[in-house]
Amino acid sequence: MRADLEIIQDWIPAGSRVLDLGCGRGELLAWLRDNKQVTGYGLEIDPENIAHCIDHGVNVIEQDLDKGLGNFASNSFDVVVMTQALQAVHYPDRILQEMLRVGRECIITFPNFGHWRCRWYLARNGRMPVSEFLPYTWYNTPNIHFCTFKDFEQLCREMQVKVLDRLAVDHEHRHNLPSRVWPNLLGEIGIYRVSGPGLADHRVAV
Amino acid sequence: MPTAIPMDSVGLVSPQVQRFSEPLALACGRSLADYELVYETYGELNESRSNAVLICHALSGHHHAAGYHSMEDRKPGWWDSCIGPGKPIDTLKFFVVSLNNLGGCNGSTGPSSVNPATGSPFGADFPVMTVEDWVNSQARLADVLGIQQWAAVVGGSLGGMQAMQWTISYPDRVRHCLAIASAPKLSAQNIAFNEVARQAILTDPDFHGGHFQDQGVIPKRGLMLARMVGHITYLSDDAMGEKFGRGLKSEKLNYDFHSVEFQVESYLRYQGEEFSGRFDANTYLLMTKALDYFDPAAAHDGDLARTLAVAKADFCVMSFTTDWRFSPARSREIVDALSAARKNVCYLEIDAPQGHDAFLMPIPRYLQAFSSYMNRIAV
Repeated sequence: MRADLEIIQDWIPAGSRVLDLGCGRGELLAWLRDNKQVTGYGLEIDPENIAHCIDHGVNVIEQDLDKGLGNFASNSFDVVVMTQALQAVHYPDRILQEMLRVGRECIITFPNFGHWRCRWYLARNGRMPVSEFLPYTWYNTPNIHFCTFKDFEQLCREMQVKVLDRLAVDHEHRHNLPSRVWPNLLGEIGIYRVSGPGLADHRVAV
Repeated sequence: MPTAIPMDSVGLVSPQVQRFSEPLALACGRSLADYELVYETYGELNESRSNAVLICHALSGHHHAAGYHSMEDRKPGWWDSCIGPGKPIDTLKFFVVSLNNLGGCNGSTGPSSVNPATGSPFGADFPVMTVEDWVNSQARLADVLGIQQWAAVVGGSLGGMQAMQWTISYPDRVRHCLAIASAPKLSAQNIAFNEVARQAILTDPDFHGGHFQDQGVIPKRGLMLARMVGHITYLSDDAMGEKFGRGLKSEKLNYDFHSVEFQVESYLRYQGEEFSGRFDANTYLLMTKALDYFDPAAAHDGDLARTLAVAKADFCVMSFTTDWRFSPARSREIVDALSAARKNVCYLEIDAPQGHDAFLMPIPRYLQAFSSYMNRIAV
């Protein structure tokens, strides 16, 4: 399993109902189904990914996240997950709002544009960073809303979203001392567990 | 005509007839004392009888879903692109049953069959059928064939409605439901199109209140018009534009109303002609009514999720982007209800220019997804 999924599955209780936004090839849902009796659906738009999900028995629904989650009832999922898709949607704030409406808790991962390599690339070259980790040029990238950890947490504050857990990891999803000490500069990927303002601060049993 | 049967065809097939003498109670309040269903099967039923797949047909379909009846056949069965060795419904794995619904005009008891009470064709006296009635009659055929549970019930359009109804009427008898280019009920616009088609038939002077056979005539013009209206709705604007555009049959305009000038007129007239020669007018009325009446959620105040709560099957729903008769939004209603009812469901919206008829076409992504889903069904 992908290293980030390895980390976030820890935050998903056994037997829960999960909605995975931009579920890709469905690895997380397949693993959770086989190991934690988790049910739910993956939303995806890439035909190849959808085909892969069907092959592996994952409930996949072809749905564009930019059109919202209006078709799902409020509080109909225990956890709503969105890995590496926040930066690719048109309105990250709206999707965050929708995730919090549909699920009791949300897990979001996104690349940190505040990482020192991005800062250094931009400062040195005066151009948008292109790397193995962000392998697109500005005009053909699916990533249209990059943010830094600080930006995301600012948005959470504005929306009264509670951050229950937070991990800053490197591109191999190791959470080492430097990224813990100075996440916004040294963390490459942020993994957040959040809940809406209405939910009491509680920890998920793991 | 196939000079040789293709390798991935089920080959030469023959229909079979099953007679039922136990009366079948119908939603309209009447019942059919005895009746016949004509059906075809492809592939072999396995020992544990766990590999049977039921194919439900759409408006003008019938039992001949795949293969050829003879080497003189111009075309194979209506869903040959999806049924056969190595095809999505792989006959090396599945035992496929396809039947002609009651009220049909291709062998099963219907309006053109002889009414034992009068000795002449039923005509307009044949009872109005519903999707539930069909599913009940199909369940009896399953009993006769020794099939306690279908591995899958599969259908497109009106066939998808039957597949859905199976999961509601007989939840224990379906493991997977594939509803393709379908809807949980018709919209007012859909019913309106059906009504135009019916009026074309009902007002044909040769209709004779449905007893045209007694008069030795058929309401050919009405049927032709009905089919023309239907056909327009089965295609997309783009598909029609690409096929015909504003192309003319001859080089000049005639400035009259009688000649066939545009290619699309010629095509529609041909389709209408051909159809009116092979399809029964009363069956067309019946099939469109069954479509109009289908609304399983009506029993639960319109709550489709509550209606589908009884279902035990896993679902696969597919729609096509240019289908405006049963648009993707209608399929999403089914998917949303299934997710609200916490059922297992996969949904695909296939990008295809062909409109509603796309479900019959060999569209690579469609066939691939269809195959993947069928592959994962354990038998």
